[in-house]
Amino acid sequence: MSEQEVKNSWAEHSRSLEEIFEAKIARDEKIEPKDWMPEKYRKTHIRQISQHAHSEIVGMLPEGNWITRAPSLRRKVALLAKVQDEAGHGLYLYSACETLGISREELYEQLHSGKAKYSSIFNYPTVTWADMGAIGWLVDGAAIINQVPLCNTSFGPYARAMVRVCKEESFHQRQGYEIMLTLCRGTEEQKQMAQDALNRWWWPSLMMFGPTDAESTHTEQSMKWKLKRKTNDELRQQFIDQTVPQAEILGLTIPDEDLKWNEETGQYDFGKINWDEFWQVVKGHGPCNKERLQTRVDAWENGEWVRDAAMAYSEKQAAKKVQKAS
Amino acid sequence: MSDKKKNWPLWEVFVRSKNGLEHRHFGSLHAADEEMALENARDVYTRRSEGVSIWVVESKHIKASNPDENGEMFEPAADKVYRHPTFYDLPDEVKHM
Repeated sequence: MSEQEVKNSWAEHSRSLEEIFEAKIARDEKIEPKDWMPEKYRKTHIRQISQHAHSEIVGMLPEGNWITRAPSLRRKVALLAKVQDEAGHGLYLYSACETLGISREELYEQLHSGKAKYSSIFNYPTVTWADMGAIGWLVDGAAIINQVPLCNTSFGPYARAMVRVCKEESFHQRQGYEIMLTLCRGTEEQKQMAQDALNRWWWPSLMMFGPTDAESTHTEQSMKWKLKRKTNDELRQQFIDQTVPQAEILGLTIPDEDLKWNEETGQYDFGKINWDEFWQVVKGHGPCNKERLQTRVDAWENGEWVRDAAMAYSEKQAAKKVQKAS
Repeated sequence: MSDKKKNWPLWEVFVRSKNGLEHRHFGSLHAADEEMALENARDVYTRRSEGVSIWVVESKHIKASNPDENGEMFEPAADKVYRHPTFYDLPDEVKHM
């Protein structure tokens, strides 16, 4: 340490813990689990990381519906691998969240009791095979835009988990787009199926970025902690601008009559989002809220005997080892 | 609810991505025993050939230093500048040193 650095560190001692903490984040230093942190930072992170983990876990369900119905072996292995990645992403995120001092059991309990939220997009049904294409293309596309900035977030374990998630996510989007492309180059009926999926998933995908900046309550604090680097509206605009040309390549029509290129802003103008629908789904009244949660709870409860048996086996093996040694 | 029955313990996972590199901490997971911890680590952390070797250790066996005590822990090294090569004054003519 240089003389100047020693001086600086002494100056820091005289400041409050909170000021030191905020300064660290401002300097782009990471916060690690055992570092001092304000209680609000801890709580906000537990909420956001666990919601993110729950979304990965519940996000497997709409696609699970199509694994046994995939039209070819190629599509089936790809979808299986994608769903397996989502389980993996959920596990990275749960383990990052547990470093903040909450147990896995508590996290599951919050999900299963309905206390914790997950991304509303997974409360929509997947009624045709084209939905697998639309989800990969749009839902994973929106997720990537939301997630990339999180690779630089201030909490170390979250940032590291996000780096791995983002690396794996791009295959998800490409496999979805390829499904859409194949349908769009197929029969008229297949193309219609793709258009129908786009019609149903477009608006819910735009809602994935959350309420408008004017309505968003957490934005300011989250920007300060680098939990957010861009606002909801900025990210939504980025998604629209990059997705419209992709729809054109497919030869599909975005279901928005007001969608128009704006020469002046260099962006697309778009129509009004139905926020009533958004809040209805968030509050639990979407088409599949009950079904999704019930499926998840059933999976957990029906798996209980397996977890208990594994634990009993491990205890038995450990006891045997002790016996042998004595 | 957590104390009613025994939950699977937490394990820390370390992966060597290729020979010649050290094992690096990748994250953690829950498993009933060490065999399952290894297999779960393979499925969770090396789905795309990210590793050639995995270590798992139950998290409770790790003793970690406390960042609040970083001063006492690490500052003793700060004033020992003579441990660094630049501490020693040599004329510029001396090469290869």
